[in-house]
Amino acid sequence: MIRPHCLLVPFALIVAAGAFVLISGCENDQSSSSGGGGNEIVIGHYGSMTGPTATFGQSTDKGIRLALDEINGAGGVLGKPIRVITEDDQSKPTEAVNAVEKLISRDNVIAVIGEVASSNSLAAAPVAQAAGIPMLTPASTNPKVTEVGDYIFRSCFIDPFQGGVMAKFALNDLKAKRLAILYDVNSDYSMGLRQFFTEEIKRSGGQIVADEAYTQQDQDFRGQLTKIKNANPDAIYVPGYYTQVGAIARQAKELGINVPLLGGDGWDSEKTVEIGGDAINGNYFTNHYSPEEDRPEVKTFVEGYRKKYNQTPDAMAILGYDAMRLMADAIRRAGSTDGAKIRDALAATKNFPGASGTITIDENRNAQKPIVILKFENGQQKFVTSIKP
Amino acid sequence: MQEFLQQMINGLSVGAVYALIAVGYTMVYGVLRLINFAHGDVFMVGAFAGLFAVTKWFGLVQAPWWMALPLVLITAMLICGVLGFVIERFAYRPLRDQPRLTVLITAIGVSMLLEFGAQHPQVFGATPRPFPELLPATAAAAADGIVISTVDIVIFVLTITLMLGLSYLVKFTRTGMALRAVSHRFDTAMLMGINTDRIISYTFILGSALAAVAGVLWGIKYRQIDPLMGLIPGLKAFIAAVLGGIGNIAGAVVGAFVLGLTEVMVVAYLPGGSQYRDGVAFVILIVILLVKPSGLFGKHVAEKV
Repeated sequence: MIRPHCLLVPFALIVAAGAFVLISGCENDQSSSSGGGGNEIVIGHYGSMTGPTATFGQSTDKGIRLALDEINGAGGVLGKPIRVITEDDQSKPTEAVNAVEKLISRDNVIAVIGEVASSNSLAAAPVAQAAGIPMLTPASTNPKVTEVGDYIFRSCFIDPFQGGVMAKFALNDLKAKRLAILYDVNSDYSMGLRQFFTEEIKRSGGQIVADEAYTQQDQDFRGQLTKIKNANPDAIYVPGYYTQVGAIARQAKELGINVPLLGGDGWDSEKTVEIGGDAINGNYFTNHYSPEEDRPEVKTFVEGYRKKYNQTPDAMAILGYDAMRLMADAIRRAGSTDGAKIRDALAATKNFPGASGTITIDENRNAQKPIVILKFENGQQKFVTSIKP
Repeated sequence: MQEFLQQMINGLSVGAVYALIAVGYTMVYGVLRLINFAHGDVFMVGAFAGLFAVTKWFGLVQAPWWMALPLVLITAMLICGVLGFVIERFAYRPLRDQPRLTVLITAIGVSMLLEFGAQHPQVFGATPRPFPELLPATAAAAADGIVISTVDIVIFVLTITLMLGLSYLVKFTRTGMALRAVSHRFDTAMLMGINTDRIISYTFILGSALAAVAGVLWGIKYRQIDPLMGLIPGLKAFIAAVLGGIGNIAGAVVGAFVLGLTEVMVVAYLPGGSQYRDGVAFVILIVILLVKPSGLFGKHVAEKV
């Protein structure tokens, strides 16, 4: 009964599946020359180019490449052009580890930039630390990330600041005293923001009336939202990523919940509005920058980005741009491609004129930077206020 | 009480979608004794077929829902029916005489092919996509703080109708009789002159078409689809099928509603329960497998050794 040629078909299917994975994994791998020794400087970027947080990695990479054009256009650093190799981690912590290992051992990069999601940065940071390769995360806000070791830096603010600012804004500006939280139990970022938000609310005399969780694969939040609705809050803090926030806003409206939702920088993606539609309007979130801000650095960046990609940059794009420029500046100041020297130069960063704000790296290797609060109106992000650390 | 009723509605509408997927699992298991792990991904393809039908092929975004919905559902069912047929014909049929484990591994392979193939930028791409608003999002009925949306009503009515149609098909048609015969005893059915290959193809087409309906309804309900969306609903539907007794169609439907309600009630009434929603679903699977492997409605069949 067995017809041998028929066995070929499933086999071919599996081979085809394998080939797919290989093709998509190797897209960005052009050649493997050595990091600092050749006639160019090679830096690695690992990010979520695919998977549930794909717009984060893609925007960051666009920002990095825009900065790269400027840096190499001005002659590179130390007399050599910089080349960035991008490695996809599929939005998964395990793949982030593999990506950084590949960048360091195969491509011999002298430094790595990445990731956006704190869980992925936390997974990969020990690899960079052990190899003595400086790692700069443009957007991971969970405090634990830089606690991994002295080679791990970030060029963004941290969650105690972000969660605290939103808690104060809810209590003082929105006059919300009864707060509910709906958080992502799979994400270090979300768990961190929940903790710092709760601490600040309790310290300032507010009340947490509901504290509900969801997982990253969830698409149905009605059970949690019904429970929250019956707790009768004045506002709901949803420190999640854009993949869920749009759906949460929609389902909340459908259940007749009319209080504002509050969130963090994980909301910043065009997908939030695309998926959330009208339901997203009237909600607030904290972010790294607003394209409406009236500063020359912001304008230059937004114009350059529109010209190169024909779209308005989100926060991840500007953070990627700043991280790349800060890294190039640190290599220039180090005067060398040696990991330890770049590390020292990064640690000594003072008042670096970043497009998303002036960056000073503190003793815990975190950036001190202002934060903005934005509000969705008619599907647009409107600037509400900016708060200095 | 009012919260309880709202949670019941939430649970039933989740259960209805699980039911449509679970039936496909259970029917395939019935005839082939194969757990078709690619079934959740057929559901995903159904959702994307629905999306393209609305936005690209027919341009139905502005059309009234009573016209758009049937057209979208039929398109998605046709595409998934063909996909189900192709998967069975080329991946499973050549392995018909091989050990069951071989086919099971192939099923996992097909599942991964669909998931990762679909994530390729030239196919669907990895980012989640918004699903157009096919049904009015307004609440159809809101009494005393209880909200039932139009979407939930459509999902519920459609699921029940399709299930009634399916049971008619299985119980009262010649093909249905043949299907039951193949499910009862494969070799004897063949000896009785039933074209088993045809019946198996038929089963796959039917199951996949129902998964397509589930995919489109999922898109309408949650307004967001992505290539990995079939993973968790697929597993949940599998649990529902086992819960109801795998191979038993009515059992799968009941199992799906029980699972949907349990999940929502865990979130609603267990302190800190929202963290354990998925955990509870898998605990149910383990308990059923330990205590009553034949499921709530399955008959115990002694395995020939």
